[in-house]
Amino acid sequence: MCLAIPARVLALEPGAMAIVGVEGLRKRISVALLDEVAVGDYVLVHVGYALHRLSEEEAARTLALMAEAGLVDEELAAMQEGGS
Amino acid sequence: MKYVDEFRAPDLARGLARQIAREADTGRDYRLMEFCGGHTHAIFRHGVQNLMPANVQFLHGPGCPVCVLPVRRLDDAIELAERHGVILCTYGDMMRVPGTGRHSLLRAKAAGADIRMVYSTLDALQIARDNPLREVVFLAIGFETTTPPSAAAILTARAERLSNFSIFCNHVLTPPAIAHILRSPDFAPGGAARIDGFLGPSHVSAVIGSRPYEPAAAIFRRPVVIAGFEPLDVMQSVLMLVRQLNEGRFEVENQYTRVVTRDGNRRAQAMVAEVFRHRASFEWRGLGTVADSALALAPEFAACDAERRFALSDKVTREVKSCECPSVLRGVKKPTDCALFGTTCTPDNPIGACMVSSEGACAAYWSYGRSTSAAGARVA
Ligand code: SF4
Repeated sequence: MCLAIPARVLALEPGAMAIVGVEGLRKRISVALLDEVAVGDYVLVHVGYALHRLSEEEAARTLALMAEAGLVDEELAAMQEGGS
Repeated sequence: MKYVDEFRAPDLARGLARQIAREADTGRDYRLMEFCGGHTHAIFRHGVQNLMPANVQFLHGPGCPVCVLPVRRLDDAIELAERHGVILCTYGDMMRVPGTGRHSLLRAKAAGADIRMVYSTLDALQIARDNPLREVVFLAIGFETTTPPSAAAILTARAERLSNFSIFCNHVLTPPAIAHILRSPDFAPGGAARIDGFLGPSHVSAVIGSRPYEPAAAIFRRPVVIAGFEPLDVMQSVLMLVRQLNEGRFEVENQYTRVVTRDGNRRAQAMVAEVFRHRASFEWRGLGTVADSALALAPEFAACDAERRFALSDKVTREVKSCECPSVLRGVKKPTDCALFGTTCTPDNPIGACMVSSEGACAAYWSYGRSTSAAGARVA
C-alpha cells in the first residue's frame, strides 16, 4: 500500500502533470506534491503522484534493491492496471 | 539459510546476518516491531527472520491500512455504493475485505453496485469529469504516504469546480499509533509482551520526515530506525537497532537516507494541513479508539466530504468473533494462534482483514511463513 517506485521525468505537462518512464513503461502522473521538477529528474512515484526527488544514483540503487526484492513487477502491474 | 541464495547479493545479506549475530548480546533478547505492513511482507517474503539469531524477533505492527480500517467504516463505504447510488472508487486492496456478514465491496459490485478499482486519485477525478451527472466518491484509506494524493485531488476538484467529487476519508496517522501501542497495558512493564524498538515506516517518513518520531522515542525510551522496504534495508536497520539497544540509546535514526530526511516533504505536508483537520479520536481495528490519530476534511471542504454529503445510516456492525485480527494487529498474538488460520480462513476465503492484504500478517504467514519454524515472533 505504501510502495513507491523511482521513475524518470520524460516530459512536463500543464496542471502539474508529467510523463514518467520506468522500465519501459510510460505513465502520466502528478508532480503537484513537489516544489520543483525538471525533465530528466528522478522521482519516487506512489499511487500516481511523485512524492520525492532522488538523484540518479539513489534511483538506480533503489530500483536495484526493489528488483532484488521482487517488487518491481508488482508496482508496474499496479501502475498499468489500477489497484494499488 | 534457505533464502539467502535467492538474493542477488547473497554475500551482503550473509555478512549483515553474521554481523547481527555477532553483536546481539546472547544474554538478552531483542523484540523489534516493524510498524509497517510493507516491512512485514518483506520480512516474510525473504525469510529475514530465518537470517536472525534466535534472540532477535520481529513483532508485526498495525501498519496495514486495509487491516486497521474498522468494519463500521467499510460497511459505510458499501452503503454509499449500494444505497446512495454513487460511483465508489477504491484502491484494489479494499475490494475483498469482509465487512459485517462477510459482505465486501467485491460482492456489492457483483450484485450491481458501481464500484471501481483505481490506481490513483487521478483516475477517480477523471471518472468524476466523465460522469458529471453522477456522484463520485473516493474511498480514501492509508497512512501519511497516501494522504497527500487525497489532498491534491481535493484541491484539484476545487480548482476545476468539480462538484460531483467527494472523498470518504479514513486517513490515519502513524506516530499516535506508535505511542498508543507503547501506552497499552499489553506493553506496559509486567504486561503480556514487550517491544524494545521499532523499524519505522519508509514512505510514511518520506512525507512526514523522521522528526515526528522523536517525542515517542524519548518519552518511551525506545529506539526507532526508519528502514527502507527492501530486505537488505531491513537487515541493516536491525543492526542499527541492536547497536542502539546495546549502547542504551533511544534515538531516531534513519537508515533510508535515499528518500527520508528529518523534515520530510514540506509541500505535501502543507497541502495535507490545508485540506484536513485532526479528528479528536478514531477507531482502529485492533487498537480500539486512538486519540488524535486520524484526519477528516476541514470545514472549508465540507462539500467534498462524503461523510457530510450523504446521510449514512446507523448500523449494527459485526466482526467474526473468533477472528484474532485485533490481537494480531497489536503484535500480541501470532496468526497461527487463531483457530481459523489456514482452515476456515485463507487468502481465497478471508475471514479477517489481516488475511486479505498481502501486507497483513495472516496473509504473509500463509504465503511464506508456514513452512519455517522460526517465522514470526513469539510473544511469550
Ligand atoms: S487467520 Fe483469519 S480469522 Fe484468524 S486472525 Fe487472521 S484474518 Fe482473522
